[in-house]
Amino acid sequence: MLPLTLALLLLSTAAFVLGRRRAFAVVEGETRLLHSQPGSYGQWVALWCALPSLAVVVAWWLLEPALIEWQTFAGAPAEVVELPPERRELFARDALALSAGEVTSSEPGPALRAAAGRIQRVEGLGQLSVGGLAAAVALMGLGWARGRIRPQLRARNHVEAVARTALAASSLVAILATVGIVLSLVFEAARFFALVPLGDFLFGLEWSPQTAIRADQVGSSGAFGAAPVFAGTLLITALAMAVAVPVGLLAAIFLSDYATPLTRAWVKPLLEILAGIPTVVYGFFAALSVGPLVRQLGERLGWEVSSESALAAGLVMGVMIIPFVSSLSDDVINAVPRSLREGSLGLGATKSETIRRVVLPAALPGIVGAVLLAISRAIGETMIVVMAAGLAANLSANPFEAVTTVTVQIVTLLVGDQEFDSAKTLAAFALGLALFLVTLGLNVVALVVVRRYREQYD
Amino acid sequence: MTSGGVHSGEAARRRLRKRHAAERRFRLYGLAAIGLALGALVTLLGTVVVRGLPAFFGYEVTLDLHLDAARLDPQGGRRPGDLGRGDYGRVVKDALRALFPEVKGRRERRRLHALVSSGAAFDLRERVLAEPDLVGSTIALAVPLSDDADLFFKGGVDAEAAEADRRLSDAQITWLRALQSEGRVARRFWTRFFRAGDSREPELAGIWGALVGSLWTLGVTLLLSFPLGVAAAVYLEEFAPKGRLTDFIEVNINNLAAVPSIVFGLLGLAVFLNLSGLPRSAPLVGGLVLALMTLPTVIIASRSSIMAVPPGIREAAMGIGASPIQVVGHHVLPLALPGILTGTILGMARALGETAPLLMIGMVAFIVDVPTGPTAPATVLPVQVYLWADSPERAFVAKTSGAILVLLAFLVAMNLAAVLLRSRFERRW
Repeated sequence: MLPLTLALLLLSTAAFVLGRRRAFAVVEGETRLLHSQPGSYGQWVALWCALPSLAVVVAWWLLEPALIEWQTFAGAPAEVVELPPERRELFARDALALSAGEVTSSEPGPALRAAAGRIQRVEGLGQLSVGGLAAAVALMGLGWARGRIRPQLRARNHVEAVARTALAASSLVAILATVGIVLSLVFEAARFFALVPLGDFLFGLEWSPQTAIRADQVGSSGAFGAAPVFAGTLLITALAMAVAVPVGLLAAIFLSDYATPLTRAWVKPLLEILAGIPTVVYGFFAALSVGPLVRQLGERLGWEVSSESALAAGLVMGVMIIPFVSSLSDDVINAVPRSLREGSLGLGATKSETIRRVVLPAALPGIVGAVLLAISRAIGETMIVVMAAGLAANLSANPFEAVTTVTVQIVTLLVGDQEFDSAKTLAAFALGLALFLVTLGLNVVALVVVRRYREQYD
Repeated sequence: MTSGGVHSGEAARRRLRKRHAAERRFRLYGLAAIGLALGALVTLLGTVVVRGLPAFFGYEVTLDLHLDAARLDPQGGRRPGDLGRGDYGRVVKDALRALFPEVKGRRERRRLHALVSSGAAFDLRERVLAEPDLVGSTIALAVPLSDDADLFFKGGVDAEAAEADRRLSDAQITWLRALQSEGRVARRFWTRFFRAGDSREPELAGIWGALVGSLWTLGVTLLLSFPLGVAAAVYLEEFAPKGRLTDFIEVNINNLAAVPSIVFGLLGLAVFLNLSGLPRSAPLVGGLVLALMTLPTVIIASRSSIMAVPPGIREAAMGIGASPIQVVGHHVLPLALPGILTGTILGMARALGETAPLLMIGMVAFIVDVPTGPTAPATVLPVQVYLWADSPERAFVAKTSGAILVLLAFLVAMNLAAVLLRSRFERRW
């Protein structure tokens, strides 16, 4: 891979130099006769050298798996070819692993060894022939393009057309990523819902996916009622919001209306630090310091507190979200026109009365938008709850009990090795789909609210 | 002015006092909110620093090791292959027993041996392999104490507590004190923490493996998200026709920025691992996932930086005959670059602290070796923090906090670089 890239880079550099020199030669040094600058001709030749051979390499990438699949079973004994699909897939995977010198799932037999040998041949042949082919195509492109250099050739326009296409293509990556997320979630979730009905998943009251122990025990055995998981997520989110919204909002009000410029200049970046701390640090803090503290507090008051309480995770998550709420509210509060404040102050209202009765009502839609964004952030937060909240899916509104969340379940279902086809792993994708849809919905609503509010004062 | 008016009577004064009290209360709430937030920040950082600093130091004990040729090189050829198979653990144990000849019985002896880390034998082996001539002589070598003994000298073991409640027995504490009074125990800066990979033994575990893994991962992320992000931003700001497709792209970018990071992990698992068959636990896949995650950040920062370049510059360049691409390449991008780089560094800092999506693609494995490339199994700093935080050994609490300190140091450095870049090079028009 690396030598190929290097060779291609070297060839295109040579192509650039040759093309540029050729452009000089064609007009015998009179560059004003050229349509474009000599460098553009060089770039044009370099593109003709690099792009076709890149296409060859990419084509091989796409073709190779199919070729390997074909070679794995071509000439394999009949009993291998007639295996049921899952066993066939396992055989193919083992052959591939053996050809790469990795560990196979079982002791390799002669059929497997032969298949691995064939795969190695395909790969070896591929590397040689594709390398050769790519080099040949590159040289051909170079020669052809160099021969076509004329003073009238609009080299710069051609090169720029390629550049514009490349720019447009990179902006499509964002769409590709979204499509990839949606497709991967929907496909795996659809497979899950083929095993577990949608109604059972959304409204079932029992969540114990870890019970599927044997391989033939698929789907029917584990309980996949996600209601307790959703309830736990809501509980922790509500706790986090109970911390973040009042503190964040009051901090924003103080900073925008009361603080001196100097205080503001110091406190605002300090608050932003809270947003820059990695979530795994918050998780460590929640599990190690806040959790035991909450537990001690509860015990002193005579309450039953589990060591992984929803309260500890919710409190710490709330602290994490404070800067998010405060900076968004700060923007919103500052966007309220001065005339409204001055009108209120002129009528004799105190500063706090102005804020409470005039500024906040005027800023309310924006604040609601900010809170919605914060909620979506809290729902999707993973590390704090993984480290500080529990795994047991209790359907409970008691903040001192251990509850579990959607993100915790996704992590516990997918970390570690397991069969990718079991309902257990697929359930993680169903939860992921639910998470994606909810956060997407919250964001869309929040953006609409904020935009409508902004237009009001523009 | 009579005293009976609505605005000047006793009732009015009382009303005003009440309103002013409410004003002061409101102000106080604001102060309290800020105090709470900053207090949480100070507590968080303070806890990590207090718990993390001990991770940078450790205790070593100097042992007089008799390098018995019969044990280390029975063949007598001093060949590296033979020397490598020598029984170095025995030599360390013999040295300990020579110090405490009164210790008898298997259980007591095992307790004595447990004071020194299992890494002592590896250190000795390395030393002997480097200098084969040492075999046969007696050398004084400082070797790491076990995590429990280390914790004792750091004050983490309460000698007054009942014997059953602590990890060290009475006898072990007596031996440790004896070693200390002989001047054999010394506190050292624990370079092992910075140059070793992961280990099950806290005193041998280090962050170098995770750090290298983080660098590989971030390298892949940067290599992908920077060019793609800048190109996308240039297209959207300078070339994209106003229309449905452009709107759709913008909506997508904004949505991507708001998607929970764990969902990117699911994407990586489904597309990169299962569909494309890329290796598990590899920085390549981690970098791909994080690149998709930071792409919106880079695009948004680049766009606002490109937008800030005044139109006059574009018009002047076009006026003297530059093509649109030349306008962008020769004028707009160089002027927007500081802002673009600032945004990219901030995006990279976020990617460096990200844990959840990497758990999905298997970067949570216990990996001792330092990764050698983008496809070698690796872990990253925040995941190392997560792994250590889950370990039951008490000494890992300090290691976890120490790793967090290193992580925070990197984040601070990156943010400082961004701030400096902004203040030095960003132009206001």
